[in-house]
Amino acid sequence: MARYIAIRLSDLVFVLFGVSVVAFLMIRLIPGDAVEIMLGANAEVTDEQINLVRERLGLNQGMVAQYLGWLGDLLRGDLGTSLWTGVPVTEEIGARIWVTLELTFLAMGLSIVLAIPAGCAMAYFRSSLADYVIRIVTIAGVTVPNFWLGALLIYLFFILFPSFPSIGWVPFSEDPLGNLARLMLPTIALAVPVLASLSRIARSAMLDALGQDYIRTARAKGVPDGRVVFHHALRNALIPFVTAVGIYAGYLFGGAIVVEQVFALPGLGRLMIGAIAERNYPLVQASILLVTTAFVLVNFLIDMLYAALDPRISLK
Amino acid sequence: MSALPIIARRRRLLPRNPLVLVGGMLVVLQVLLAVGAPIFAPYDPLDQSILDRMQGPSAKHWLGTDRFGRDILSRIIYGYRASFGIAASAVAIALVIGGTLGIVSAVYRGWTDRVIMRLMDVLFAFPIILLAIGIIAILGPGAVTTAAAIGIVYIPIFARLLRAPTLVIAATEYVEGARAIGAGTGRIIVSHILPNLTSVILVQASLSLSTAILVEASLSFLGIGSQPPDPSLGRMLSEAREYLLLSPWDSVFSGLAILLASFGFNLLGDGLRDALDPRLRGSE
Repeated sequence: MARYIAIRLSDLVFVLFGVSVVAFLMIRLIPGDAVEIMLGANAEVTDEQINLVRERLGLNQGMVAQYLGWLGDLLRGDLGTSLWTGVPVTEEIGARIWVTLELTFLAMGLSIVLAIPAGCAMAYFRSSLADYVIRIVTIAGVTVPNFWLGALLIYLFFILFPSFPSIGWVPFSEDPLGNLARLMLPTIALAVPVLASLSRIARSAMLDALGQDYIRTARAKGVPDGRVVFHHALRNALIPFVTAVGIYAGYLFGGAIVVEQVFALPGLGRLMIGAIAERNYPLVQASILLVTTAFVLVNFLIDMLYAALDPRISLK
Repeated sequence: MSALPIIARRRRLLPRNPLVLVGGMLVVLQVLLAVGAPIFAPYDPLDQSILDRMQGPSAKHWLGTDRFGRDILSRIIYGYRASFGIAASAVAIALVIGGTLGIVSAVYRGWTDRVIMRLMDVLFAFPIILLAIGIIAILGPGAVTTAAAIGIVYIPIFARLLRAPTLVIAATEYVEGARAIGAGTGRIIVSHILPNLTSVILVQASLSLSTAILVEASLSFLGIGSQPPDPSLGRMLSEAREYLLLSPWDSVFSGLAILLASFGFNLLGDGLRDALDPRLRGSE
């Protein structure tokens, strides 16, 4: 177990390092730099002024020096300050991240809560007509463009309930009900594809688990049907299911970027698209690093959880 | 497992799987429309006719017209052409590069494997849309760069997917036998490993085409992918969204077109997996 953790930890450090390099290079490889865009509109800028701003922002150093400087600051817990506003990026991100977090958590929660019973039911009715129908419905769910679903929901609610607040945002602390009402449609739009995928995964994991020898043994010794499904099979089926949940966490964030746009939500996705357009290096780097680190850590923790639950994994 | 019985079994199984049949028909139909767009589209997708604008479906315009009076059906058919072209190129890029990396990883094992797969993990850690946005920002907008961006983003999917079965195949006795009679690594990969990966590749290529169509639509919806005047289903939808309350047809049909395109490939991939994977057959 200790050896397994050590290997996975060293992998984790490597991946995080790689992610930081990609995040750093990506925004710098985009043509046009921040200072030119900042001063670009003003025709009377001299090269001297540009250089001065560059110097102040540390952008005239070599790439490696800039990267190492950024990495050093990161390790000391300093994520940098926004090029345009001079505000620490943690503040800018902090103002936006709760929208995205709330949206993704609601969507993930909704997907998980509905996918497990749906998957169990599909496994139970396997190979019947109902199974084919549900499968086709779930495939349609996986392939529905969430921005389209969002737009249709807005339209539908406008026709049916003209006073329903479909778009925009109020903080939970100001108006809890208004906050949840405004997040209802975006949550559904974001959750449907994930819900459909997760139910399919739950279905095949349940089918796998129900085919195992210990299930036959449990049935043979007279364990009632419900207990076989929920106590014996479901617990083992949860392993592949939880892996999928980890992977879909990343998908949900990608989807949130698009859904935020549809519903005019001031979330991290919109902040990042804006920051890329403005070449706001520290803000882009910090937010990419935050999102990817969260994804990598969630998946690392899930792996560790399995290794703890299932000794076969760490012994391999 | 020789190649012949697999092919024979496929012939026997494919027509029996309704998912493959329906998905395959949807795909063939839509690809035909896309390839023959100039023949099948009833109007020029850019032809404006202000007098006919924002109409519902009629005999003259089967799916209605948009806010400039352009024929929605024709725009969708041309949109398919762009969408399929981009998705197919992206999957081809990802399959060739990602597949090679995955197979090389599994055949050489050790440090080669570890380094390649950790690099794949780095790419995989980025949300798909976000990484694609970044790559397009670097390469510049347009259909070609969008295809390249989606292709790069999909590389780790194919690398991971082909690595696992290759590990199993590389450990089989017939590969050991081939090595014993002096076959080089390249020959082993081409004539012993690749043929056994065809079904995995077919299934994943079909499923990836399905998601690549959605990613392309999302990117052009955000205004990042292909640029006007290139036709694009995602951009059609984002432009139509502003007029949703006045004329919903444009939004409804362009979204439905994206859904149907992605749905066809997904159904096909799902059915192929059932038909080609002997392990799943037992459980169905």
